[in-house]
Amino acid sequence: MGRGTRIGIAAALVVAVVLLLPLGAVAWRAEGWDGLTASDWGALRFTLWQAALSAGLSVLLAIPVARALARRRFAGRGAVILLLGAPFILPVIVAVLGLVALFGRSGPISLVLGWFGVDPVSIYGAQGVILAHVFFNMPLATRLMVQGWQGIPGERIRLAASLGFDARDTRRFLEWPMLRAIVPGVFLVIFLICTTSFAVALALGGGPRSTTVELAIYQAFRFDFDLGRAAILGALQLALGVGAALSSLRMTLPSGFGAGQDRIVRRWDSAGWVLRLQDTVAIVLACGFLLLPIGMILADGLSHVTALPASVWWATLRSLAIALAAAMLTVSLALAMSLAALRAGWVEVVGTLSIAASPLVLGTGLYILLLPWVNPIALALPIVLLVNVVLALPFALRALIPAMRDLHANYGRLSSSLSLTGFTWLRLVGLPRLRRPAGFAAGLTAALAAGDLGVIALFATPDQATLPLVLYQLMGAYRMEEAKAAAIVLIVLSLGLFWIFEKGSRDAAT
Amino acid sequence: MKLTTAIATGLTLIASAATAEPLTVYAPDYFASEWGPGPAIKTAFEADCACEIEYVTGDLLPRLRLEGERTGADVVIGLNTDDAERARQTGLFAPHGVTIEGLTMPVDWTDDTFVPFNWGHTAFVYDTTKLDAVPTTFQGLLDAPDDLRIVIQDPRTSVSGLALALWMKSVFGDDTQAAWEALAPKIVTVTRGWSEAYGMFTEGEADMVLSYTTSPAYHIIAEEDLTKKAAIFDEGHYVMVETAGQIAGTDQPELAQAFLDFILTEDFQSIIPEGNWSLPAKLDPAKMPEGFAMLDMPDTALLFSSDEAEALRDTVVAEFEAGLGR
Repeated sequence: MGRGTRIGIAAALVVAVVLLLPLGAVAWRAEGWDGLTASDWGALRFTLWQAALSAGLSVLLAIPVARALARRRFAGRGAVILLLGAPFILPVIVAVLGLVALFGRSGPISLVLGWFGVDPVSIYGAQGVILAHVFFNMPLATRLMVQGWQGIPGERIRLAASLGFDARDTRRFLEWPMLRAIVPGVFLVIFLICTTSFAVALALGGGPRSTTVELAIYQAFRFDFDLGRAAILGALQLALGVGAALSSLRMTLPSGFGAGQDRIVRRWDSAGWVLRLQDTVAIVLACGFLLLPIGMILADGLSHVTALPASVWWATLRSLAIALAAAMLTVSLALAMSLAALRAGWVEVVGTLSIAASPLVLGTGLYILLLPWVNPIALALPIVLLVNVVLALPFALRALIPAMRDLHANYGRLSSSLSLTGFTWLRLVGLPRLRRPAGFAAGLTAALAAGDLGVIALFATPDQATLPLVLYQLMGAYRMEEAKAAAIVLIVLSLGLFWIFEKGSRDAAT
Repeated sequence: MKLTTAIATGLTLIASAATAEPLTVYAPDYFASEWGPGPAIKTAFEADCACEIEYVTGDLLPRLRLEGERTGADVVIGLNTDDAERARQTGLFAPHGVTIEGLTMPVDWTDDTFVPFNWGHTAFVYDTTKLDAVPTTFQGLLDAPDDLRIVIQDPRTSVSGLALALWMKSVFGDDTQAAWEALAPKIVTVTRGWSEAYGMFTEGEADMVLSYTTSPAYHIIAEEDLTKKAAIFDEGHYVMVETAGQIAGTDQPELAQAFLDFILTEDFQSIIPEGNWSLPAKLDPAKMPEGFAMLDMPDTALLFSSDEAEALRDTVVAEFEAGLGR
């Protein structure tokens, strides 16, 4: 077992401890064990089916978009791919208002329907929850799948062209095996994200019928201060994550394309106009669905950006620092863990699990654990960093593990025969081959960390506020326009970080 | 003589060094944020003492209960009457020791743990350019056509949502669940907190939003927008009173007491109207900002005492859940 693998296993153990200890701490502080109520089970049922449906739809809708983006070259393609990522990093409250602006009763869709005498569609209810979850997560699915398409070696596409493949043959022999290798993982990640959502589910769910497990946890904390119930529900959510992770791993098949020389080649198979039209429609619809709501809600904020007070810019700096630190830490950990995952499958399960961890249980548990030793408030920013690293790991691993597997299959024997190990291997083989997924992982982590509200609300003093927290404060003080301006700053920051990391990794590759 | 002067000077220095530790005030996030009343109150208080206030923000009650005797708080501000009983039950609070008289609130104050600092009626706020038939009673709201669209907050996650559930309980008594059922078709959605709901309202998604009678004051004063009004119901409006209390185990009892004594002074109270967009607990009406005179106010104020509210909490949430079809 190499040093990298050992570090990876140690990192996975640390993550497992960070996930389980806080849960244990919350359970330890419980004052009673009443067990779960009937409405908790109802919440579990609702959580499960809406998450499965949301994840399924996100993945299905992302496939044509990712394929279109992967096989077409057009002006502004890079910008489209970048902007399509925006919903995923948007604060929930802004995204909800955006969806309402587009699909709500005074939105353009209801207006157009009204011209034809059709009643406006209602986005409140289960369909609203699913709509919002697809809006949030389809960008992630698209991005991960574009990575998958880019992972098909150019040599295979050339070979396919010389064999006279049409689009259907490509689908069968190249795209389908690629999708078999990555879709289960993508589905899993999105499924787990949707199981821990609650503010969206509540706001668009139309009321208490749309209660999720995470809301039940929140209620147990805030309303009943029933730590026992919160711990049971948190454990249930984690167990759900383990189950989902194990079953998705069983369904994943290696793609087996073999190595290539990273040539970018033309897609001879998809030149026909029907396919062109199909791809254009997919891209235009995706842009409309994902970008219009954001544009509509943020347009009024634009003129207020320059008038934002200094404190907002300080908060931006704090968010930037957290984002950069989180990106570095997460990618280092994820590299080691994906190396370890080659040998120990449980590492991947642990790494995926943190999405299923309730942020509230995590934050409260850490608070309880730290309280006897230090003042948790003084450690607010380091704790926010730690939690962000743990929460971003699954996304980084999702990008790195498949790439690491291919790397091992294609270059493992050559590396061994040359006795390349340790840092030499990392410098000559690992980093050059993994630069793209690693850059993607770093960018995604930075964007997520910049936009995360999460635990900062549990720990902060006013002078430690991050940008998302300031955004909520502005909204809570009736200052909607300034809140929108702050949201614009947040989007620029997050997407900017994402772009820089990705671009950096691409430029370095040429 | 010189020696005693030197000793006295030394002692004064030590004393001021000892008080240099800040007074830790736990407050809700909105209160201590740059756009809440907190910063102005901090400045006003610090002007009269060689001391410093440090706000710590977050969910007050869960944090206090997690920390127990170990809490770092000296003073807690922002607990409303519906939460007060559970805060009292933690046993962490000392009597407030403030002489409370001359309050400008519609309710008698007998609580000896918590000092009220601001209040407001819960109310449904609407846009006069969009809504013509405005209900004048709560019953009228229930009877309104179902295309009247309202947004409310969830009683399980939000203090204003809980206030609505208690408001309906005090108006409809045993028929509260039926009232929720009548209200259900008009409820567009239920949000986690006030900000989401109010945002949906200002974006035009709902005709009415659960907020406060004082909300229009922000639009009048800060935006010169006169189109937002609170619908006034004849049955009366539930009142939310926010309070402050001192922690018994504080290491700075004098300073904590000084802060509590400061709460009902004019310096503090005059910050509330435009800092918190709510009504001060004790302020000469002549000293209120002009815009507040334009607000519609109910004649009847409804309020459950903190122990009544605590006893009803589970019931009213169950009525909400059942009435909205869960």
